[in-house]
Formats: sequence, C-alpha cells, structure tokens
Amino acid sequence: MGRLKDIIRFAWGALTGYPSRALLMLLAMAIGVASVVMLTALGEGARNYVKGEFASLGTNLLTVIPGRSETGGFNPSTLMGETPRSLTLADAQALTRSNSVRRVAPLNVGSAEVSRKGRVRDTVILGTTHDMLELRHWQIMQGQFLPPIRWDRAMPVVVIGNKVREELFGAEPALGQWLRIGDRRFRVVGIMGSEGRSIGVDVEDTVYIPVASAQQLFNTDSLFRILVEARSRSAIPPVEQHIIKTLQARHQGVKDVTVITQDAVLATFDKILGALTYSVGGIAAISLMVAGILIMNVMLVAVSQRTAEIGLLKALGADHRQILAIFVGEALLLSSLGALAGLIVGELGSLALRQAFPVLPAYAPGWAVAAALGVALGTGALFSLLPARRAAALDPVAALSGR
Amino acid sequence: MPVIELQQVHRDFQVGDQVVHALDDVSLQIEAGDYLSIMGPSGSGKSTLLNLIGLLDRASSGHYILNGRDVTALSDTEQAITRNRTIGFVFQAFHLVPRLTAAENVELPLMLAGLPVEERRRKVAKSLEALHLSDRAEHKPDQLSGGQRQRVAIARATVTEPAVLLADEPTGNLDHQSGLDVVEILEDLNGRGITLIVVTHDAELGQRARRQLHMLDGRIQRVMEGRNVDG
Repeated sequence: MGRLKDIIRFAWGALTGYPSRALLMLLAMAIGVASVVMLTALGEGARNYVKGEFASLGTNLLTVIPGRSETGGFNPSTLMGETPRSLTLADAQALTRSNSVRRVAPLNVGSAEVSRKGRVRDTVILGTTHDMLELRHWQIMQGQFLPPIRWDRAMPVVVIGNKVREELFGAEPALGQWLRIGDRRFRVVGIMGSEGRSIGVDVEDTVYIPVASAQQLFNTDSLFRILVEARSRSAIPPVEQHIIKTLQARHQGVKDVTVITQDAVLATFDKILGALTYSVGGIAAISLMVAGILIMNVMLVAVSQRTAEIGLLKALGADHRQILAIFVGEALLLSSLGALAGLIVGELGSLALRQAFPVLPAYAPGWAVAAALGVALGTGALFSLLPARRAAALDPVAALSGR
Repeated sequence: MPVIELQQVHRDFQVGDQVVHALDDVSLQIEAGDYLSIMGPSGSGKSTLLNLIGLLDRASSGHYILNGRDVTALSDTEQAITRNRTIGFVFQAFHLVPRLTAAENVELPLMLAGLPVEERRRKVAKSLEALHLSDRAEHKPDQLSGGQRQRVAIARATVTEPAVLLADEPTGNLDHQSGLDVVEILEDLNGRGITLIVVTHDAELGQRARRQLHMLDGRIQRVMEGRNVDG
C-alpha cells in the first residue's frame, strides 16, 4: 500500500463504514477550525476598523496640544491639555516654516447656537483654515470649503455639515444663504458630505468657520490645537523636533506643548488589538486540540473494533509501516475534511458578520487560516499516531483469533 | 528441494511464571506440491506450527527455511513481503472485511503489494472466475453464503499465486456440503501444484491429505503417508 490513492480509498471506505464515528470527529474538527477562523476574523476586523478610523484622521499627522504632561507618550491627560501658556495663530504660522511640513491647520472648537428663520440648533463650531479639508481627508459635498484667506482675517463665511443643513434648511437650497451663529451672520459657502465620521468629529453635524471668526465668536486668542502634516512618514520625527524647538523659542524657552504623533497612537491600538486577535485565535486553537484528543479516542476505539481486520491485513502482507499509514491516513483524511468543513463554516460566519456589521471588515487573516488548517492536520496526525502504533504493534495471531 | 524445512524449531510462551512449550523440537520437511494435514487436539501446537510456517509467528530457536531461504530472522517488513508473495491464508472465520465487496477483498493483497490498478483488476477478475464468483464480485460479505464467503477468501489467498496455501480449519464454520465443496476447491488447487497445508481436528478432513501429521504437546507424534479416501 505504498500508493497514496489506495490509502485514501481504503481510509475513505473505513470512514464511510462507520458514519457516526466519522461525523463526530468531523464535527469536532470543523467547530475548532470554524471558531479559529471566525474569532480571528472578528479580531482582525476590529483592528482594521480602528486603523481605518485613524487613517481617516489624515496621514503623517502630528497634533500640537498646549500644555505638557511630565510623562512622555500618549495618555488620556495629554488630551485634556492643561494650559499654562496658550497656542496662538502666530505660533501656528511659525510652524509652516519648515520644508518637512506640508500643511498646518489651526483649530478652535466651541459650541454655539446656529439659527435661521427661527430654527435654532446648538452645534459644534470648528474654527479652522482652508487646508483642513485636505489635511483631514474630508470631502465637500456642495460648494467649497473655507476660502484660502489670511488666517488672521475674520470672514463671515460658513461651511455646514449635511445634517445641520437638513435641520435648518430642509428642502430649501442652502448655498449662498445666510444664517446666524450666536449674534453674527455668516453666508453658507459649502456643505460637508456624508463622508462619514472620523474619530471625535461627526463631520455632518458640525459647522466650519474661518479660525479668526471663531476666535472673535468665542472671544479668545488661543487655539485648541494645531494640526501639522509632515511631507512623509520619515519626516515625522524631524517635524516633531521642529515643532518643539519653534514653540519653545516662541514661548521664552519653556517646553509647554505636547506633540502627539498619530503613529504612536495608532501603533498602540494596533498592538492592543493585534494581541486581542492572537489571544482569541489561541483560545479557539484550544478547541482544535480538544478535537485532536477526540480523534485519538475515536481512533483507539476504531483500532479495537477492527482488530481482526488489522490481523488480516498483516496476514495478507501488510508491514508495520503500511498499518501505520492506513490509520494515520484515516485520521488525516478525517481532519482535513473536518478542517475544510470548518473553513467553509468559518468563512460563511465571517461573511454573516460582515453583513450584520458592515463597518467591521471581518476577514480572517491568512496566517490564522493557515495556522488553523495546520493545527487541524497536525493534531490529526499527532493524535492518530498512538492508536496507529497500537494497531501496527498488534500480534497478528492474537488479532485474528479475536483474543 | 523442499519448499518448507523446519529444523529443531522451538516455540516457547511465557504464561505467568511458567514456560509453555507450544512447539518442542519440531523438524519437518514439506516438498513443493505436497498436501499435508496437521491434526491434533486443542493445545497440541498445530495452530502455532501453522502460524510459524505462515510467518505470523517466530521460532524461539531453530531454523525455518522457506524456498531455500532462511527466514527465521527476517525483519518485520521482509516477513510481510514474503508472506504477501509466498503464502496464502484461509481462515475458519473467513476474515473478509465487511465493508468491502468480494472483489475489493480479493484485491487487498495486491493493493498491499503495490501493484498497478490495471493489473490488479485483471488478476482479481481471473481469480474470481476460477472460483465461479464472477457474478458475486460486487456483493458485500453479508450478502454471500458461508460457502461463497470461504470461496472469496480462497480467491484472496490465491490471487497472488503463492507457493504455499495455509488453511486453518477451512470447513469449521460451514455446513457439510459447503465444506466438501471448499475442500474440493483446495484439493483442486493442490492438483495444480500449490503446496497445501490444512490444520484441522476433523479426522475425516485430515485423512484426505497425502501426508498426515499428528501433534501432541508441541511434538510431532506421528506422520502417516497415503490417502485414505479416494487413494
């Protein structure tokens, strides 16, 4: 029985000869593989979702926050930005003076009443500049974004989110119309589309005005943040140095800003979610091991059920190796069929997940699929080895006489 | 030259703290084409002798020469190959694999030998035809009568054209008429040159053999020559 085809055919016959046993093992293997595939798909989906969210923030982005936390790196308190000395528009302007910097966008955030013809809505107001659109990879649905004017010039123009437009204008055209923010009048020049939400900002539910107008509106000189886009990924560290040095020089030598690189945040999330994927995959792999042990059990029963057959095969001229091949082959056939079934179930499950939660790109990573199949076949072979060896070691005389 | 030669063969089993001498200094020569029966009561060592001749068991001491080759100390694989090529077994309980058809059962030794599929088909068909089983080729064992099952087993034992055919109580599970048919088939094969060795405690069957070996307590008690039934 040196021929693979013969072994497969014989094993197939033996499996279909004991269907309930075969189905049981198939089921165990399939559940194991399916759970690995589905759980890693889920973990990977979550990871890619978060990564996508970060990418929509903009690429090669650095965020300058007033105030400095003593501990370096990223932690929630840095986001709060306790301010000894505020950032100003002039600070932002100064940051543009580097070759590694592509764009700089100052940012002011506040909340104010936006009204038109008696309809009033409390809305988040973003004061920023023309470059913000490109920097954050936003898209305009209608009209234009804020015009490229001098940053310190207040201009009564506004870009509104689509949701704000619906609430205030309904079916009427909004472009070119006037509305009020607080007690000031602004003319609508653009409408932000349904590009979606990026972390922290629901683009459709926000109103955008020039940064100087926002400063007037909120009666402040300071900025909430400055966003800086580096020319390339490799330019991020020099830009970070440039920002710190420039602002230190402007703030009488005090290092009073925090620079968060998006990479650092992303890497942290990526690490956490990657670890999550590995661990759920690992937990699922335990079920594969359990399936392997079940295979061993069932194969042991098979060996004692088929003692006479083993004795016969020996009498007909099967050697140790051939008997081993028959039983290991049988287990391998079973586990590969089980793994295949599990793979199909797992992929269908991931598909269902994607249908149910479209934002979650739940695709099982290639390594997880390969590992699941590998572990399935590995445990199949490993755990069938003991029963197969027992079969091969049977004394043909005793086996044939049914002793 | 004898096809089988045993020289002072001993086979001891350890049972508890006692050593049982299943075969005690057995020397035997069997010529090619011989028809030999081995008789004796249970525990006389006749099955042990058959298993030893069939290379399913090993001698504790002594020598076994098969076809001029000393096979006493062959490796497991060499033993298996020799068994496959030289020896055919017919068992009392038939030992057909229940999930395989008659043809597939007959094919087993050829499959183990690694023969190409075409050659196997041809040999299986020929073997089944010789035993008038061609119309039963696709039947499973449970669809066959006892006599037919034993004929399938004989087809399987002879499909490799072995030099020696070993039959262990071949009629033990059969009614008288089927048993007689099977014996006649075996004797017919012997007539065509195969060396036939039958183990039985059925005196009537044993006496049909050209040479009769009577065993007792692991020793050959006596050897009788000549056929008693149809001379």
